This record gives sequence, C-alpha cells and structure tokens, in this order.
Amino acid sequence: MSTFEVDLHVNGSRRQLDVKAEETLLDVLHDRMGMSDVRYGCGEGVCGTCTVLIDGDPVSACLLLAVQAAGREITTLRGLEGSAPDGLHPLQRTMLQLGGSQCGFCTPGVILTAVSLGRRNPTATRDEIRHELVGNLCRCTGYTKIIDAIETYLGELGTGTIDAH
Amino acid sequence: MLTDAVVRTSTGRVVGQRHAHHDFIDKVKGTMLYAADHQPPGMLHGRVIRSTVPSARIVSIDLGAARDLPGVAAILVADDVPHNSLIVRASGGLGELAIEMPILASDRVRYTGEPIALVAAETQQIADHAAELVVITYDELTGVFDPLGAMEAESPLVHDEGNVLVNWHIARGDAQLGFARADVVVEGEYVTQLVEHAYLEPETGVAWIEDDVVTIRASTQVIEHAVEIARILGLPSNKVRVVAAYMGGGFGGKEDMTVEPFLALLAWSTRRPVRMIWDRQESLAASTKRHPMVMRYKTGATSDGRLTAQQVEIIGDAGAYPYLSARIVFAAAVVACGPYQIADVDVRSLAVFTNNVPTSAFRGFGAMQVTFAYESQMDRLAEALHLDPAELRRRNFLSKGDVIPTGETLQTVVAVGETLDRALARLGELPVPSAPHKVVGRGFACNMQPYGRTIWFRDQASAWLTLQADGSLLIRSGVTDLGAGQAASLCQIASEVLGVPLAMVSVYIGDTALTPPAGGTFATRQLYMSGNATLAAATDLRGRLDPVAAQLLGCAATDLDYVDGRVLAIGGGSLGPELGLSLAELVSECARRGVDTSILTVWHADVGTFDPVLGQGDTFPDYTYGTHATDVEVDTDTGEVKVLRYIAVHDVGRAINPMRVEGQIQGGAMQGIGYALTEEIVLDQGVNNSTLFTNYLIPNASDYPDIEAEVVESGEGRGPFGARGIGEPPIGPSAPALANAITNAIGARPTRLPMTPERVLGLIDTTRGKSWNHK
Repeated sequence: MSTFEVDLHVNGSRRQLDVKAEETLLDVLHDRMGMSDVRYGCGEGVCGTCTVLIDGDPVSACLLLAVQAAGREITTLRGLEGSAPDGLHPLQRTMLQLGGSQCGFCTPGVILTAVSLGRRNPTATRDEIRHELVGNLCRCTGYTKIIDAIETYLGELGTGTIDAH
Repeated sequence: MLTDAVVRTSTGRVVGQRHAHHDFIDKVKGTMLYAADHQPPGMLHGRVIRSTVPSARIVSIDLGAARDLPGVAAILVADDVPHNSLIVRASGGLGELAIEMPILASDRVRYTGEPIALVAAETQQIADHAAELVVITYDELTGVFDPLGAMEAESPLVHDEGNVLVNWHIARGDAQLGFARADVVVEGEYVTQLVEHAYLEPETGVAWIEDDVVTIRASTQVIEHAVEIARILGLPSNKVRVVAAYMGGGFGGKEDMTVEPFLALLAWSTRRPVRMIWDRQESLAASTKRHPMVMRYKTGATSDGRLTAQQVEIIGDAGAYPYLSARIVFAAAVVACGPYQIADVDVRSLAVFTNNVPTSAFRGFGAMQVTFAYESQMDRLAEALHLDPAELRRRNFLSKGDVIPTGETLQTVVAVGETLDRALARLGELPVPSAPHKVVGRGFACNMQPYGRTIWFRDQASAWLTLQADGSLLIRSGVTDLGAGQAASLCQIASEVLGVPLAMVSVYIGDTALTPPAGGTFATRQLYMSGNATLAAATDLRGRLDPVAAQLLGCAATDLDYVDGRVLAIGGGSLGPELGLSLAELVSECARRGVDTSILTVWHADVGTFDPVLGQGDTFPDYTYGTHATDVEVDTDTGEVKVLRYIAVHDVGRAINPMRVEGQIQGGAMQGIGYALTEEIVLDQGVNNSTLFTNYLIPNASDYPDIEAEVVESGEGRGPFGARGIGEPPIGPSAPALANAITNAIGARPTRLPMTPERVLGLIDTTRGKSWNHK
C-alpha cells in the first residue's frame, strides 16, 4: 500500500504525516491527530457529524481522503476563535443559551456549517438557515432550537455586535 | 399506594430555570469525549462477523485465511465464549417463554445480521479485511417473516419452544356487555412499520484490562449489564467494570447490550485494549428496532359520545430473539385505551418470533404504536357520531381517581384536557390551500405514556452527595446520560436544596465501580428515580447541616435559607440576616462536631404485583399526558404531505429546566413525524434493504416547520418537585395527529405507517373512485 507524506494545516498549526492512500481525512483527524470534535456518524457524507471547514467551506471529512486535504486550511470546531470572555465563539454561546445542543454529537458540524453561512450570507432568513443545514442531521432537538441559535447569532452579526470570524 | 416521596417545594431559584451548564458546555465546545474518543495505547480494532442469511444451520466456519492475515490478533467463535447463552426475562418471568440467545451463533442462525464470530486486529482495515476472509457455509432453512404467518400451525419454528413469546391479557368489566350498550361501534386495523433509532453516534465502545478487571467504556444506557457480561466471561461480577460515556443519543437502542460483550471477549482474550464501532450500515442492518405492530380495534360509544367498550388485539413482531419484547407489548396493552375512561375493556397483546432482525426498546416502548390506533379510532368515532373530535375526547378523558383497565386508580391529576385546549387554541384559523390541486387539513392526537419501571420490579435508585470543605458539591450517581440532561438535572435539584451554585457542583455518573447504582436510563425513569434519590439525599444532608447552621445563626432550623453558597437566617437570626454563613464555614463547623457531610441515599419506588391470569394488578407508577396538533397541506397530484404547523403540548408536572423540557418535546415530536411520514426499514425475506442514511430517511432541518412546544405545569407528578418524566411521551402523538390531519384534508384514512406520498396518493384515488361511483 502506498503512503504519502502530507502537510496538514489544522486549526492554525502544521503537521507532517505519512498517510496511506485510502485513509480518509476523518480517520486521520480523529484517530491520529486526536481531533475528537470530528466524528464518525455515517461514512456516506449524509449526516454531517464529521464536518470540517476546508479553506472556509464545510466538507464531510469522511468523504475526503487525507491526501486531498494536504496544504489546505482545515478548521475543526475547536479551531474556531472565541471572542467572549468565556472563550466561546458567539454561536457557541447562543447554542448554549438557547438549548441548541442535546446529545451534542452533531453540534460541531452544525456550528461549523452555520459559521460558514454567516460569512457568506449574514442576512440569511430562517428558511435559508434550514436549507443550509440539510447536511447536518440532528436526531435529538427537532432542529427548532438549533435554528433559533443560528438566527440569533446571525442577528448579532447583522447589528454589528460581533464579527463573522 | 404512594411511596414516601420527599415533599419539598422549590424556591424556583435553580429548579425551573433555563440553565445551560455541565455537559452542555463541553458539547458546544466540542470537547465532550464520547465512547469512541478514548484510545488507550496498543488499542486493537474489533469487528463482528454476522450472518448473511435469515434462517440456516451453520455447516462450517473456515477461519484459516483470516487467521493468516498479518495484523490479526484474535478471531473468536462460539466455542471461545465461556458461557455462550443469555436468557432475557423481560417481564420478570410473568408469562413469557424462556429462550436462550447465544452471544455468538454456533449451529443455527435466526436472522440476517446475527453475530457468529469476532475479530480483533491492529487496524480497522485489517479487521474488516479479515471479516471478509472468514468463510461460513450455511444450510438454509425456510424462514418466517410475518408475525401473523408465524402464528399459524404449519409455520416454521424460529425457536423450538414456540413462536409466540408472550400473550398478555388485560380485561376489565365485560366488553360484550359494553358493546351491547353502545349505539355506535367502529372497527379499525392499524399497521406500523420497523424503524431504527438512528442516534448519530452509532454503537461503540473501548475495553481494556486494568488490575485484572475487564473495563468497558461504552455508549450504553445500562451499566448494570456488567453482571451479564461477567457471566458470559465466566468471571465473578467484581471482575467486570462498565463505564458509560455520555451518549450521542440512545432512544432505547442502547438499553440492551450492543458492543459490550464482544469488546469484553476480545479484550479478555487478547489482554489488549480493543475498540469497536458498528458502522452505520451495520447499525441500520443489525441493531434492534421498534416493533412493527398489527393492531385491531373495536370501540363502542353511546349516541351522546360516552365510550362504553373497547376490544383490542395487538400483534408485535419480536424478530428472532426475545430482548425486551415481553415488556414492550405489555406496556402497549396497559395503555391500549389511551387517556379515556372505558368501563368494559378486553385487550390482548402478543409478541411473536420471526426471522427478522430483533426488536426491542425504542422511545415510546409499545405505548407509541397504540397511540396511532386509539387516536385514529377516536376520530372515526367522532365522525360516526357527528361530534367534534375534541368534544368527544373531552367527554371521555380520564381524571384523577379514575380506575384504568388494569384495575389501578390514577393518583395524580390528568391535565390532558388542558394540553388539548392549549394546542388547538395555538393553531388558530386553518390556512387556505396554496394551489388548486392542494387541500389542507387539521388533526390532533392525545396520549398517555408511563414513566418509571413496571412496579413489580421494585425499582430503586441511589445518589451519593458530598459537600466538600470549600463548599463545593460532588454528586455521584450510576445514571447514564443520553443527551437529555440526565446528569445536569441532578445538579439543578441538588443546587436548589443545598444552595451550592451550579458552577460549584460536579457530577460523576455511570460507573459500576465508583458510582452508586441508579438502575439504567430507560422507561423515562431517571428524573423520577434518580431525581427523587438526589432530592432525598440533599434533604437528608440538610437534616445534618440544619441543626449546626441554626445553632450558629441563632435561629430555628425551619428559618434557614441556602442560597448562592451561603446559609442565611430568614428574618434575621441573632447574628442578623446580612451576615449568614458560607457553606465552607458550615462544613468546617460540621467537621469539628463530627457531623459527616457526605451521604448516600437510596430511594425506593412503589412496589406491587401483577396477576397475569386475571390481567389485573400494579403496572406503572404514573403517566405523562399530552396533545399534538397540526395543519397539513396535501398535494392531490403527488400525495406529498407538507406539514404547515406543528404544536406539541405536554403536562410535565413541574419543569426542572424548561429549556430542556421544550427540547425533549421538540425532538420527540420530530422523531415521531419521521416515523409518521418517511421512516421505514424495508426487509425483503429478512434481508435489510435500508442500510444507508440515503435510503433510511430521518427528518432534516428543512423537511418540517418548527415544533412549537408548550409546557403545562400541573404541579402534580411523582418526580422531584412534582415533576413527571418527559423523555418518551412526546414521540407518541405525532403519527395519529398527522393521520387525522391527512384524513381531514383528503377524506380518506391512512391506517398504515409511514404515510408516504405513494400511499397517500393511493388513498386519494380511492376517494376519487368513490365520487365517480356516486356520480
């Protein structure tokens, strides 16, 4: 089996790793780099629990080979910069305060997808938020409180209270 | 009989507040460590090798090529399992067959997906490859895939003992006399489907050997399975420790053992850590599911809309092994008549073996399926009587003090009428259709769902509280946390009583070695059980602290107030109200006086007995009631159902944390909507055709509108501060509410789930056929 030496840029730091051709980005991030916030949920790119941002766009890490991510900026939830005194990103804070998380397994993917939406379309409507989230399944919340949290976060972006970093 | 519950009124300082704390902080940060996130050094990767046929004799198992694969550490088959048998007596032996289930099948397989062998290897890829190299030769047998067929005399036997696992009978009064008194009788048959829990975290865990103890950290609702795991390994119970990680969802699917015995066997055999993750395909194919049921109902009422009699027959598909089927069809029987007063009732409820994937616990636990049937019957009856369906229900709702079909008297208020009124009031006017080929309709459904275990199990839970020298609090409880805030709720309850700020409370859960038994998280029992245990422990602790504090503050013990880490004398003791005493000072004074500030309290639920012959006796501690109401628009060209509004209202007695109560209601309702409209595991002769999330469709964020949740607080429930359980109840009313709305829109009644566009279109066609005939 062929292995490749790749440069992975994850959450602002660089790591050189030997990866096998068939290793997914999910397996490398979760099992080899200790990124427990990138999670296996279905392996078919449907559920979104392995969502990471690659150069700012949400991607299912289970569908990407590690070699394909070489040299690109990979952001996991823990790589989001928090501006609040409690270290939370503003969307993490609204998710917490409005009950957007229950079992929490989908939460990193949901937050990353919504942060990406906020950068592209900070005035997204509730329906646009729903549409954006179709790739992030949640089995616990029924989505209502997740959408409340994202809508509140986008509202804060719109009023200039916070930045879409 | 009411248990001697601790009666304590909440100040509302902590209980009743929308606190976001404890595990929820880790969850939004992404720092929560689930079962698969723990990776001890030298960890192997495990895999289960499963049957590819539904019914067969195993002729041979060839492990040669797999064993030769470099990197394979162990392959285990039935002969390697010290005690290869599990007998689940889900009802406690009140009438079900005693059926042995092997941990690994040796000579016979009974469903596609049945475990046959285990492999552990250096990488997951090697384990998966080895699994493919194992060659199993089968001599296929005729299977039976339909529970009605399995009840026929000439049916193949799934187990030699017989195909009917259990046949419950609950009867009260005389149904035939009741029907004789009726002016109107309606009959219906309702069919529900096989569905999957679909928690986003699949079944997973890691096991290792530590101090010669097999330690299993898994995604499980029930750490008490440690006893069964020890038996399987042939070890004394002290040699097996189970630790429950916070779960990425459970919904009942992690109530039975999943990965635990396999992990234990592989770790014990290799003496190395082993991780096992069932991939999504495996989880959808082989994990336990919800019982498909055929439910036949006959309901009688007088012309003024009083229910007189109901006769019910329930046949549940247990799949190939018992699991918890006996208890699930029992729960279905107990609440088969719903929240209505009916004098003459006859209910039969059976669980029948087939060569389908086994069914077991799933949120709603039998009480969900019957809601679809009894609430469809109520609308049918209303139509036959020309009565408003809400009015018909109001004339028949149960009340506190009423006797239900099991002969038990309801001991708490039944606020189902208030949930109905609120749900309908919130809907307002029915909207107009958005296009000429579309029609709109409104429907609603009420339900009752037990909370707490069946009474004859003599349930108990314990909590261990330690107020530490600095005034911080440790809570230790064997509770497992599915994501609904099971642990966090205990913090709020203890904080309320002891005045320790939430940030100064730590909670340690789910460890058979280090936390006192709480009895598993299922049956909507943990707020009721561990919530009461924690309240009792906190109250007991106050019993020790109060005399010391009262003496120090110069007031009566009844005048003490514990708040924000301090103890104050209400109205001012001899030291004045503004001074008070910090909890740290109080603990220090307790230590000086030899007063222990660590306490272990066991809380006992009701006890009672059930007579399976008479079909009468003690069943559940209490019930939670609710109503869902919905407006839908149906496209008459395609049969597509669009949910326009969805309201869900439940009486929770007292909301410990309203935000999380709403979350339970919203999530449960949504899971119920998926059950109603899209979800179905399609089996073809026992082979699962729905093993991907691309063909097993759970609701996504854009499929349905917001779930508008409302919380009624009647103040009467049997949990702490008058709370009722809310984990399972919200999943029940969705399917009948939608069925009633679709019926209202199209003029024909769906009686089979899920109500897919194809089926709805078929119903629309029958109405068109009728109108052509009439014209």
